[in-house]
Amino acid sequence: MPIRNKIGEMVENVRLLERSCGQRKPSVGTLYLSATHTIFVENNPETRKETWVPHSMVSGVERLPPSPTGSQLILRCKDFRVILVLIPQERDCVDIHASLARLSRPEKYSELYCLSFNPNVNKEQREESWAFVDLAADYRRMGVPNNLWVTTAANSEYRVCDTYPSELFVPKSATPAVIVGSSRFRSRGRFPVLSYFHQDTLAAVCRCSQPLSGFSGRCQEDEMMLQAVMKSNPGSDYIYVVDTRPKLNAMANRAAGKGYENEDHYTNIKLQFIGIENIHVMRSSQQKIVDVGEMRSPSMTDFLFGLENSGWLKHIKAILDAGVFIARAVADEGISVLVHCSDGWDRTAQACSVASLLLDPYYRTIRGLMVLIERDWVSFGHKFSHRYAHLDGDPKEVSPVLDQFLECAWQLSEQFPCAFEFNERFLIAVHSHIYSCQYGTFLGNCEKERRDLRLREHSHSVWPQLWKERSQFTNPLYQTDLSPSQGVLRPNTSPYCFKLWKGLYNHTEKSMPPRQSPADFLSTVREESKQLEEELTNQQERLTALTGKPITWEKVAVPRRRRRTDCQKHGGPDPPATTHGRLISGPDGQTDRKAPRKDPALTLPLRDTDDFSACSDLESGVADLSSRSSSGGDDNKEAELE
Amino acid sequence: MEFSEHIRTANVEDVELRQPLQPAGRGTLCITGHHLLFSVRGDGGGRQLLLLLRSVDAVEKSVENLWGHSGFLSKTAHTDRTSGSSGTITIKCKDLRVLQLDIPGMEQCLNIAHSIETLSCLDRVSDMFPFFYRPVDLRLQGCWGLSSPEGHFSQAQELHQKWRLSSVNKDYLVCPSYPPALIVPACIDDKTLRKLAKFRQGGRFPVLCYYHRKNGMAIVRSSQPLMGANRKCCTEDEQLLEAVIEGSDKGYIIDTRSSQQAQQARMTGGGFESKSCYGRWKRLHRQMERGKALQESLIKLVEACGDESHNMDRWLSKLENSKWLSHVQTALSTAGLLAECVERDGHSVLVHGSEGTDCSLLISTLAQLIMDPRCRTLEGFLTLLEREWVQAGHPFQQRCAHSAYSHARVQQESPVFLLLLDCVWQLWRQFPLALGFSEALLLRLASEVYASDYGTFLCNSDQERCLLGVKEKTYCLFQALLRDRDLYSNPLYEPTELAIWPSVHPQSLQLWRGFFLRWTPQVRQLEEAQEEIRHMVMECARLALSVRDTAARPSENSS
Repeated sequence: MPIRNKIGEMVENVRLLERSCGQRKPSVGTLYLSATHTIFVENNPETRKETWVPHSMVSGVERLPPSPTGSQLILRCKDFRVILVLIPQERDCVDIHASLARLSRPEKYSELYCLSFNPNVNKEQREESWAFVDLAADYRRMGVPNNLWVTTAANSEYRVCDTYPSELFVPKSATPAVIVGSSRFRSRGRFPVLSYFHQDTLAAVCRCSQPLSGFSGRCQEDEMMLQAVMKSNPGSDYIYVVDTRPKLNAMANRAAGKGYENEDHYTNIKLQFIGIENIHVMRSSQQKIVDVGEMRSPSMTDFLFGLENSGWLKHIKAILDAGVFIARAVADEGISVLVHCSDGWDRTAQACSVASLLLDPYYRTIRGLMVLIERDWVSFGHKFSHRYAHLDGDPKEVSPVLDQFLECAWQLSEQFPCAFEFNERFLIAVHSHIYSCQYGTFLGNCEKERRDLRLREHSHSVWPQLWKERSQFTNPLYQTDLSPSQGVLRPNTSPYCFKLWKGLYNHTEKSMPPRQSPADFLSTVREESKQLEEELTNQQERLTALTGKPITWEKVAVPRRRRRTDCQKHGGPDPPATTHGRLISGPDGQTDRKAPRKDPALTLPLRDTDDFSACSDLESGVADLSSRSSSGGDDNKEAELE
Repeated sequence: MEFSEHIRTANVEDVELRQPLQPAGRGTLCITGHHLLFSVRGDGGGRQLLLLLRSVDAVEKSVENLWGHSGFLSKTAHTDRTSGSSGTITIKCKDLRVLQLDIPGMEQCLNIAHSIETLSCLDRVSDMFPFFYRPVDLRLQGCWGLSSPEGHFSQAQELHQKWRLSSVNKDYLVCPSYPPALIVPACIDDKTLRKLAKFRQGGRFPVLCYYHRKNGMAIVRSSQPLMGANRKCCTEDEQLLEAVIEGSDKGYIIDTRSSQQAQQARMTGGGFESKSCYGRWKRLHRQMERGKALQESLIKLVEACGDESHNMDRWLSKLENSKWLSHVQTALSTAGLLAECVERDGHSVLVHGSEGTDCSLLISTLAQLIMDPRCRTLEGFLTLLEREWVQAGHPFQQRCAHSAYSHARVQQESPVFLLLLDCVWQLWRQFPLALGFSEALLLRLASEVYASDYGTFLCNSDQERCLLGVKEKTYCLFQALLRDRDLYSNPLYEPTELAIWPSVHPQSLQLWRGFFLRWTPQVRQLEEAQEEIRHMVMECARLALSVRDTAARPSENSS
């Protein structure tokens, strides 16, 4: 039977059920297939609810054998949504399945949504969107270049390392010859460069790939390079080399002419293995945790066993432990750290970015996290298009590396509820944009590839968009002025501190009326306080005008007033003058909160049902879902709210 | 005082105290009949520890003789006094805190350990601290507790048509573990009650514990019927239950045992309501863990929380193996079932297990929190606890004699009340706005139930409390808690009339960190967040008030 291309066509009387959203009864409507999205519009004239699924978000389409009521498709999405579609005609179902299977696996970048999506903005606005995150400004913020760390032109036009950015910081004493020599001795030419400079201790976090040492190889320039890294920290006489791989893996690499630093050859280094597993282990571990999330009505035993069996939290803990080790070395011991794994673009990116998150409160702000991801991931050549399957390619290259970093941030925010400016929603939004290809930010595998694709001319950056929506991404409990969040975070990494990230792996709440959320309540409270404060100031001004004397009988100043916008000071498109010393905390206004105030009563409807409902059975197909046992006594009692 | 015979050494100088979340301190240790007192030397009384000996669950001592380590002994003057030895006492408390005392002198150390061991588990209730507690700012007054069955009944006008208050148990003769006044169907007289009480274990005949105003349905609880191997019946019992569902087509019985367990109970004289005698009642069995198994579950969980291996697999497997979260899940889902029968299905329910003093109370309490907004305020919740646990005869004295660290053999101990608090915490976490009380209240209750200055959780029943004069000679905890409203109320509280249906999916249930990891630094961050929430809400209220005041001023001035 020839396959008809279904693009631009529609199918009527389709039933759709989004189980991962806790939906119970399928809705009936029309399914459209556009070049970029699957769109479902409900028939119900009152709601006409629309469901849009970008093709790039679809990770798999599965067709079940036809039943008398029709044929069923299961759409699995990269953000862990699962959508069931029941199509009356088998023929339609076969065609849609085939079309979707093709559309969700684009072969060329030009097929991607972001390169065909043209929001109504002009050229200036597009360029401005790309200037929103300015890495040079972030380096200036952390105090480089300075007399220890300088920029190098070695990699201009990506000559030395094609997966590195062209702008790099290296120790002042590293000559171009040392840089080039070192890069020849490192896997993929990824020589040691600066990731983060800690102004308080002058210690630095550096990154590279594994040395090509084999069993006995050595390289003078590379040894000099590490010596230079050490010398760039005047207070110390050694550095840590953190190999984030399990020691066994690192040793096995020696047989392939790679490996790790021999402590006999490199003087003044201390080698530390952390034991983060490779991308293949992580990929299968995440699949297991997703399966745990999809279990219908697991017992507590099933659930905890599944959690243990997946190994997921163990891996998250290993990554956090790596970050903690680095942060402790830099902040507490004042020792610089050189981090690598194999190629230095997965585990290294994880360990460095977690360390930055722990070391510098700036990266715990909304804008700071954008800068951090842009620096440690985008600019340093994390292979986004391979890892997140933007194009049809080798499935073995796919792995949830950045998912794990976002989860580390989430686990930390659970442990330090007042230390992060952003909330869980922000992390989930970033997660979904990494996969969605709606914007150009995460396309390609390195800076050079992005330049060659001329992405900045054809697509937009995601960051300004997220920044625009920041009011919904803000954690109302965030405090800039409390001591623990001020400086270095020292998390507890005991196993009992880790939980399954329900918000990401279990989307029950997404399409529901908002749950009982203390965060929303507090945001309202905060907003209300601000308005009252303004009103009070106004009143008092009027009163002064009226009585002609200053008011002495009431103190207006509110203690512990928190500032929420000071992160704008740096890293913006128009950064302030460079400083070499500490951050200047300039005066800032409490402006920038234009989100309309919600009526408290409106923000607090009781949440609707929860995953109790997930217990209802789906094995027998969509149609059976509407028939639910109603009264007491049976085993599948459901608890929900009317 | 006879306590003095247990105290051979009352004071020790130069003791080092190590406790979680605080720097170690050196100072004087003092043992009294009810307390361990530690004051840091030269601190002007600033840093002190006053520990109720009753809250000590286990004492471990290790004594070492320092003569062996000659290099150690430069302080000869010191060793003369202590004969060169010292000891360490590890005190493990019922609130899961672990303290360590380094005491110079082996003999002193052993004496102190002995005193703590003996005085922490005195058997006689009248020797316990609540009978000695006399705060300066309070006076023992006539009214003890927040409510009485009589008061409860007279307030509930809607009950008066179908139900009545019976004083059949006024001398505790019909049922020793029930309070003197009980609410029963109006058409059942005291004579019938006396007869049918004999058909229920311990005389705990079915009584009303909750009336759902929305649809007039009731939750009734009791102990198991004494059906026995011969399948005995009791007409009066059937009459009473028939009266409960009068005007309705059926009722549900939620038995907190599996049907197999209920069958087996017949061999020991117990049993269940058979279909032939109670035709209009539909039985639902939900197996809930109780007794020793629950105590062991707690012990395993606490052990897992103390594991230092930093191994994720090990932790998850120990957590699973403890089964504590499974018990939380079962309790909440059984309570959900109960509430669903009443609220959704619109039928009355009888709840019982075997004795009717543990799991029945647990699920009836949770179901009331789910359905009834009046139970969710601070007063409402404490009143609910008083009615369903203290008055209804949960044997606190037996159940809470020891906690998770004790080396004593488990006898009657069982952390049913702690399981309740954990379940309530899960509700509180899932509905952060719907409950009027704070986590701090639940934590306070969790430690007070094991050791307290107040008399509320003393004894096993109302009868025992009356015999010992608890209500006259001790202070009431619930009243004290209400005086600390700022601390124990939930700043986010927004009353809702709707039922709060908890999710019992494993992903929605969490380990109660606030309690089980209370003494780890990590929990501090969470407490800080709670303080911040309180601060924000209060700040907003303060500003609103200022705005109102300021707005009022000009008119005052001009008038």
